[in-house]
Amino acid sequence: MENKRTCLYDKHVALGALISPFGGFDMPIQYSNIVEEHNAVRQACGIFDVSHMGEVLVTGPESEKFVNYIFTNDITDAPDGKIYYGMMLHPTGGVVDDLLVYKMADKRFFLVINAGNIDKDIAWIMEHAKKFDVTVEHQSDIYGEVAVQGPDTEAIVEEVLGIPCADMVFYTCKEVEYNGETIIISRTGYTGEDGFELYGSHAFTNEVWDKLLASGKVKPCGLGCRDTLRFEVGLPLYGDELTDEITPLEAGLGIFVKLEKEEFIGKEAIAAQKAEGLKRKIVGIELKDKAIPRHGYDVEADGKVIGQVTTGYNSISTGKSVCMALIDANYAKLGTEVAVRIRKRVFPGEVTKKRFYEKNYKK
Amino acid sequence: MSKILEGLYYAESHEYVKIEGEYGYVGITDYAQHELGNVVYVDMPDVDDEVEAGNDFGAVESVKAASDLISPVSGTVVEINEALADQPELVNADPYANWIIKVKLSDASEVENLMDAEAYKAAIGE
Repeated sequence: MENKRTCLYDKHVALGALISPFGGFDMPIQYSNIVEEHNAVRQACGIFDVSHMGEVLVTGPESEKFVNYIFTNDITDAPDGKIYYGMMLHPTGGVVDDLLVYKMADKRFFLVINAGNIDKDIAWIMEHAKKFDVTVEHQSDIYGEVAVQGPDTEAIVEEVLGIPCADMVFYTCKEVEYNGETIIISRTGYTGEDGFELYGSHAFTNEVWDKLLASGKVKPCGLGCRDTLRFEVGLPLYGDELTDEITPLEAGLGIFVKLEKEEFIGKEAIAAQKAEGLKRKIVGIELKDKAIPRHGYDVEADGKVIGQVTTGYNSISTGKSVCMALIDANYAKLGTEVAVRIRKRVFPGEVTKKRFYEKNYKK
Repeated sequence: MSKILEGLYYAESHEYVKIEGEYGYVGITDYAQHELGNVVYVDMPDVDDEVEAGNDFGAVESVKAASDLISPVSGTVVEINEALADQPELVNADPYANWIIKVKLSDASEVENLMDAEAYKAAIGE
C-alpha cells in the first residue's frame, strides 16, 4: 500500500530531508544531522511536522461518559481547555493506543491518536460509540499539526506567529482565530522540553512552518530526533513500550489509569493485575560500555534471557548507552546487574530509572 | 560528492582496504560514513581474531542504526584503531585516515575481487 504524505511533504523534500516510512506516512527522519536537531530542541527551538497524528472529535450529550468509558484517565467535570494523557485498553488490559484527550468545551472532546493506529482506533471508537448518544468525527485529513519545542518556543510563537501563549499552563489548550480560521494551540509535546503544538488547516500548517523557518530562530527537526528526545525523558512510544500485549502497569504508567473510575474498558484486567503483582516491567538499563542496545535485543541475567530491549540509544544529551527494556519483574529493582546481548557479545549494565534526562517543562 | 582515494580497494558493502606490504588497513568509505550519519560506536574485534573476506567482523553504529562491517580481505587482526573507542566520530571526520582494523593478509590475491577507485565511483553512482 502506498504511504500517505502530510501537507508539508514537498517542503521536507525541498529541504533535502531523509524520508522514511513511519506509521503509514512518508515522513522526514532528519534534515541534516540528528545530533544537531536534537540539541536545537534541548537548547533553543525546533519544529516538527507531526501532521501524521490522527484527530478525532467526539461531541454529543453522552460524550463525557463515552470518552471516560474508552479512556483510562478520568475526564469527569474537566475544566475547558484541560488536556489528559491516557490509553484506550483492550478488555485484557493491553493497549489499543495511547492518546491525548483535549476538553475543548462542554460535550466536545478532541482526541489525538498515533498515526500507525488510526485505522484500528477509528474502528474501535466507532464500535463502542454505538452504545452512547455521541457523534464521532474522524478529522485526521482536515488537520495538519506542527510541534514547536524547546526553551525558546514561547517567545518565538508570540513574536513570530503573534499567537499569545505565555499565560498557558502545561497540558492546556485553547482555540485561537488566525487568518479567519479557528486553530488549536496546546502546551504539549513529546520531547521533555517546553513547547506547543498547533492544529489547523493545511494552509495554516504551511504558513506556520514557513514563518517559523523564515524567522531563522527555529530548526526543522525530523522524527529521528523526536524519538531520541522522547526516549531520554522516559516517554513511551506505541509499538515499543506500549503494544496490544503490554499493559500500562507493566509500562510504569499506572498513574494514568484511574481505577477508582466507575467503568472503563480494561478496568477489571488492570485491577486484577495490580492485585496479583506484576510479572514483568519496563525498566531503564545503563550499560558500562558504549555499545548500543536496540529494540528487540535480549536482556540477560543469571545466564538466562529475562526480557527484551524496547528502545535504546547512545543518549545524545548524556553520552551514555541506555535503554528501556521489558524484563522479568524479579530483576527490576534499581541497581540490579543485568546484561544486554549485542550481536555476538554480552554487555554488562545495571537497572536504572527509565528517565535518563530530566524534563524541562514550564508548569 | 564522496571522497574516493586512488590506490585503495573497495567492496560493494562500502569498506575499503589499503594495502601496505603484507598488511591491509580496513575501514569504511566516505560514502558509507555519510550515509550512516553521526557514528557513535564502533564495535571492533580483538587483536589476533581471524577475519574472513565476506564475513562480518564488527559493526559501525550511528544514532539510529547498526551497520555490520564486512571484511574485504582474510587474515589475522594485528591492530585495532584504539582511538575509535573514545572518539568514534573520527570515522565521520576522515574515514580514510581512521581505519578500523589492520589485518595481516593470508591471501594477498583477494584484492583482485574488489573494486578500484574508478569502479567504486561508478558503483555508488557518482
